Amino acid sequence: MPTAPLPASPRDLHGASPAAGPAPSAAPLATLRGLTVDFDIGERYVRALHGVDLTIARGETLGVVGESGCGKSITWLAALGLLGPGARVGGSAVFDGQELIGMRPRGLDRLRGGRIALIFQDPASALNPVQRIGRQIGESLALHRGLRGRAARDEARRLLDRVGIANAAQRLDEYPHELSGGMNQRVMIAMALAGEPDLLIADEPTTALDATIQAQILDLLRDLQAESGMALALISHDLGVIADMADRVAVMYSGRVIEEAPAGRLFAAPAHPYARGLLAALPDIEGPKRRLETIPGSVPPPHALPPGCAFAARCPHVDGVCETAPPPLRPVPGAPARRAACARLEALVRPPEPAPVLQRQEQRA
Amino acid sequence: MVSYALSRIGRAAITLLLIVTAAFVILRLTGDPAIIILGPDAPPAAYEAFRRNWGLDEPILVQYLAYFGAVAEGDLGRSMRDGRDAIEVVGERIPLTLALTLPALAFNLALGLGAGVAAALNRNSWIDRAIMAVSVMGFTVPSFVMGLTLSLIFAVKLRWLPAGGAESWEHAILPVVTMGLIGAAIIARFTRSAMLEVLGQPYIRTASAKGVPWRRVILGHALPNAAIPTLTIIGFMVGSLVAGAVVVESIFSWPGVGRLLVSAVANRDLAVVQTILLLIGFTMVLANLAVDLAYGWIDPRLRAGRAAPAK
Repeated sequence: MPTAPLPASPRDLHGASPAAGPAPSAAPLATLRGLTVDFDIGERYVRALHGVDLTIARGETLGVVGESGCGKSITWLAALGLLGPGARVGGSAVFDGQELIGMRPRGLDRLRGGRIALIFQDPASALNPVQRIGRQIGESLALHRGLRGRAARDEARRLLDRVGIANAAQRLDEYPHELSGGMNQRVMIAMALAGEPDLLIADEPTTALDATIQAQILDLLRDLQAESGMALALISHDLGVIADMADRVAVMYSGRVIEEAPAGRLFAAPAHPYARGLLAALPDIEGPKRRLETIPGSVPPPHALPPGCAFAARCPHVDGVCETAPPPLRPVPGAPARRAACARLEALVRPPEPAPVLQRQEQRA
Repeated sequence: MVSYALSRIGRAAITLLLIVTAAFVILRLTGDPAIIILGPDAPPAAYEAFRRNWGLDEPILVQYLAYFGAVAEGDLGRSMRDGRDAIEVVGERIPLTLALTLPALAFNLALGLGAGVAAALNRNSWIDRAIMAVSVMGFTVPSFVMGLTLSLIFAVKLRWLPAGGAESWEHAILPVVTMGLIGAAIIARFTRSAMLEVLGQPYIRTASAKGVPWRRVILGHALPNAAIPTLTIIGFMVGSLVAGAVVVESIFSWPGVGRLLVSAVANRDLAVVQTILLLIGFTMVLANLAVDLAYGWIDPRLRAGRAAPAK
C-alpha cells in the first residue's frame, strides 16, 4: 500500500501492560475529554452525553460497548462534527494535537475521510443509491489524495481488490443496490481506506450482516489494521465482537463511560455492576448449564435521569451514596490500568463475591 | 434501460387509447349537440339535416369506429360553429396559452425549487416557517381567488397593470404571476419534504464523514436524490402546460386554449372539445412518459426494473 509511513506502534493485544489508557511514553492518537452532547428537542436541550473521557493510542483497537442509546455512536459523531445543527457539543476532542470541537468546517472536512474514516451500521443505505461505486470511492480519492480520472479509477479498483471484492473492475460501474450487504460494507471499508486513515471508527460495522459475513468483515478489519497500523474504534453492542477484536474496552451506560479496562481483564472480571450484569447475561460455552441472568428494569430515558448514578435503580449493590451524585470514573482499587464509575467499588472489588462470574476476579484483587 | 423505456412507452400508448375513447363516450353522454347548436325550437327537419351532416344519425359503434379512424389519421373533425378544422381552431390558441404557461412554469421551478431547498436546509428556522406559511397560502387559495385578488390590487386599485385582454406583454404579467405563485407553492412543499427525507438518510452522513464539503453534499448527493420525488409533481405541471390555464384565462380574458374550452363546452362544439381533451391527454401522457424516462435516468434502481424504493 503506497501510504505515507505511519508511526509504528507496538500493539498491546492482551492489555498486559499498564500503559493502556493515557500512556506516559507516547501521546495518544485521540483524546476525548469531558465530551458532552445536548440535543435540541424544541423548547429545551436534553443532555445525551455527560462528559465522556476516552483515549485511543496509535494502532490500538478500542472497543466501545453499550446498549442502544447509551451514547456510544454519538460520542464519535459529535467529536467529528457530524451530529448536525440540532446538537450542541461541548468538551474537548483532540486528534493528533488538533482540537476538533469548534474546528472550522474546512479543517474538519480535511480530517474526515482522510486521517479519520468512518464506516456505519447499514452499508446498503450508507452508500448513495444513485451513484456508481467507482464514483463514490473516487470522490474520496479526489478529496484526500488528489487522484482523478484514470489514476483514481485504478486506485479504486486496487482498493476494492484489497477489501476482497471479486471482479473489482466491473463492480466499479455498479450501483449499491446491485451488491449484497457484505459487499457494500466492503465498499464502505474501501472508501474509508481511500483516505489512508490513522483512525478508523467502525460504528456497528457488522450488525446488519449475517454471522458468516460478520466474521469475514471483522477478519478483514483486523488484516487491514495489521497492514496499515491504523487505530480502530469499534463500536458495538455485541460483546462477542468486542471480545474478539478489542485491545481495550470502554463500557458505556446512559451517556457515560462506566468502565474502561484492557479487554482480557474486563471479560475476566468486570468491576462495575452494570458490566458484571452484562457478562452474567452471556451464556457460558463450558461448565454446567445455568439460567442466564438478566438485569432488572430498563435504561432511564435521557430526559429523566436520576440525580445520582444512572444505574442505581437496577443495581443489586445500590447504597444511599449512589443516589446523591453521578459517580466519577476513577481507578479501580488495586488495578491502576482500569477505571470504573461506581461509588461502591471498594466494597465490590475487595471482598470476594459469590456470583460465578466474579470468582476469577480474586486473582486481581 | 431499453426494456424499461419500452414498457413505459407501451403504457403511454394504452393511456392515449383510453383517453381517445373516453373523450368520445363522455361527449356523447352529455347532451344532443343538434338541440344545443340549433336551439330547442328549430324544426325537426333541421335537426335531422344537422345530424346527417355530422354523422350523428349513424349507430354509435359506427360513429366510434369512424371517429377512431379519423383520429388515427389526424382528422379531428370540424368545428360545428364555423366549419373550420378543429385542429386549426385549437392550434391557433396554443401559442397564446404557452405564452402564459411557459413563463409561469419557469417562475414555478425557479421560485419553488429554491424556496423548498432553502426551507429544508434551514429547517424550523424563521426562514423555513416564512416559506411554508406563504406556501400553504399559495396552494390553499383557489386560483380564481388569487387571480381576482391580484387583479383587484394591481389593476383596479393601483392601476399598474391591465386587468384583462391580451394586447401586450403587460397583459400577461398578472396571469403568469397568479399561476406561478400557485405552482411555486406546490413545488416548494414537495421539494422541502423530499429534501428533508433525503437529508436524514445515512448516505448523506457518509458523504460528510468522508470529508465532502457541505455545499457539495447538498449539490452532489442530496439534490439528485431529492429530485426523484420532486420530478413527479414537475411532470404534472409540464403536462398541464397546454391546458392548465382554464380558470386563469377566464379571469383575465386571455384568449387561449382554456377559454376556448370553456366556450366550446358551453356550445357543445363536439369536435373542438374533443380536440382539446385529446390535446390535454396527449400532453399529460407525454409529460408522464418524459418523467418516467427521467426517473430511469436518475435512479438506477428503477432502470433495473425494480419497484420504486419506498424512501
